[in-house]
Amino acid sequence: MTEPQSVGIVTPQTAHFAEPLALRSGGTLADYDLVYETYGELNAARSNAVLVCHALSGSHHVAGVYADDTRNVGWWDNLIGPGKPLDTRKFFVIGVNNLGGCYGSTGPGSINPATGKPWGADFPFVTVEDWVDAQARLADRLGIARFAAIVGGSLGGMQALSWALQYPERVGHAAVIASAPKLTAQNIAFNEVARQAILTDPEFHGGHYYEHGVVPARGLKLARMIGHITYLSDDSMGEKFGRSLRHGKAVYSYDVEFEIESYLRYQGDKFAGYFDANTYLLTTKTLDYFDPAFEHGGNLNAALARASADFLVVSFTTDWRFSPARSHEIVYALLHNRRNVSYAEIDCPAGHDSFLLDDPQYHALLSAWFDRIEV
Amino acid sequence: MAAYRYDYDVIAQWIAPGEKVLDLGCGDGSLLKHLIAVRQVQGYGVENDPDKLIACVKNGVNAIQVDMENGLSGFEDGFFDHVIMSLSLQAMHNTQGILAEMLRVGREAVVSFPNFGYWRHRQSILNGRMPVSESLPHQWFNTPNVRFFTIADFDALCELNGIAVRERLAFDEGKIVVEEPNFLASVAVYRLGRD
Repeated sequence: MTEPQSVGIVTPQTAHFAEPLALRSGGTLADYDLVYETYGELNAARSNAVLVCHALSGSHHVAGVYADDTRNVGWWDNLIGPGKPLDTRKFFVIGVNNLGGCYGSTGPGSINPATGKPWGADFPFVTVEDWVDAQARLADRLGIARFAAIVGGSLGGMQALSWALQYPERVGHAAVIASAPKLTAQNIAFNEVARQAILTDPEFHGGHYYEHGVVPARGLKLARMIGHITYLSDDSMGEKFGRSLRHGKAVYSYDVEFEIESYLRYQGDKFAGYFDANTYLLTTKTLDYFDPAFEHGGNLNAALARASADFLVVSFTTDWRFSPARSHEIVYALLHNRRNVSYAEIDCPAGHDSFLLDDPQYHALLSAWFDRIEV
Repeated sequence: MAAYRYDYDVIAQWIAPGEKVLDLGCGDGSLLKHLIAVRQVQGYGVENDPDKLIACVKNGVNAIQVDMENGLSGFEDGFFDHVIMSLSLQAMHNTQGILAEMLRVGREAVVSFPNFGYWRHRQSILNGRMPVSESLPHQWFNTPNVRFFTIADFDALCELNGIAVRERLAFDEGKIVVEEPNFLASVAVYRLGRD
């Protein structure tokens, strides 16, 4: 057994699609780009492909580093690589940036062919189902008729689930991690506060801030701060920051006093420096709209009847944004339909973000699951 | 408890091909694997130990993490043909609750347990020490078992709770015991139904 390694230097690629894509919102993209990365080799039978779907602020850069930026490590690098749970000596792994994204795939910052200017707020709403359709075309392009597995956490888990419903014959296994069959009202509420922070930023300019040479950084920062709070657990925040005071005592000001304030402001600023506000708006709405049971009168059992994949569902005990109870809904709906499903509730203190960490129990489970997948 | 696999054969006899089976406290999934092989069941295990859960996934067996002490609330009434609890009932606090849950989600329940009334165990107590045997392999201070009961006790509980004993087999170290099972058997396997 070799030590787990990085996939090393990786290079993103761009696939251009000239065939129009009809979107659930009623809009159409006449043509579009998807940026993606691949790791490992597609085998001769083309049976070893694994698609990794990203969450809210993720991208196609799932593993490895860039030659010109070796500190830019893929967001799920602890999971993917030679000797890692998603072993690239066995699997051909694909990461793809979704439509509406801000990492090179066609999104609000791209040029709208109708106006010659950036789409901005005119970029059509995209749904999880639309993303899956676009990813399916990329799979066609890469010669992958059927994925060995589709994996994702949070919003990525919704994509994995949706794949299993939209293209059941193309999904062998699906891992739905720290996810839910739809958001709760509380979750939508958090997203709405985040959106209002952006929409009311004076630099937002109705979403056409690109033309004004500004970005609604304050709004995006606030959006990220509230999001960030919900991705951690009270315990992990308490353990990391507690009530530590920067000056050792209260100085009675609105400047940074508590360490948690410093941390949130830092994370918010950092995020506002690289992420696109329109993408954040669009993607939180994508989360809000996802609800495969809706067209079945809210009956999740009926909605999941189409799935034929073997499922792994994973939740984390301290995740209060996508709580274990939400995963149970998926598990019991799959069970109702007599699908193969395993479910684990990982005891990890880190809240929703646990799915990104390399908790030993969690990774041992994923290793066991990927090992069992025949390619 | 790996030595006590002979209850698997008894359990398999009571399962019809293609049934839907739930195995509570499924461990590494080996009973389900056996039932899938010999009866082509559609099996699901319930397990709360993370390491055992991973072992199930390695074995290719469906395993669902549930703390059975809290019942089986996510499982639908009458969904399973058989709900099995093999050598785990004695490790449950909520004995009556889980028996009721088994017969709620299953048409029939199959339960096996070590018989505390086994003559060697009685002898051990007479000699002043808690029994340690093939069927009760732990010391008193490290046993996962929290309920110590006999075949007679279990019969009385079924009577009290309106549970029908449809069949019972008793064993002494793998051999069937017909006479005086409460005295001579180390393990009992029951097929239970609703009255």
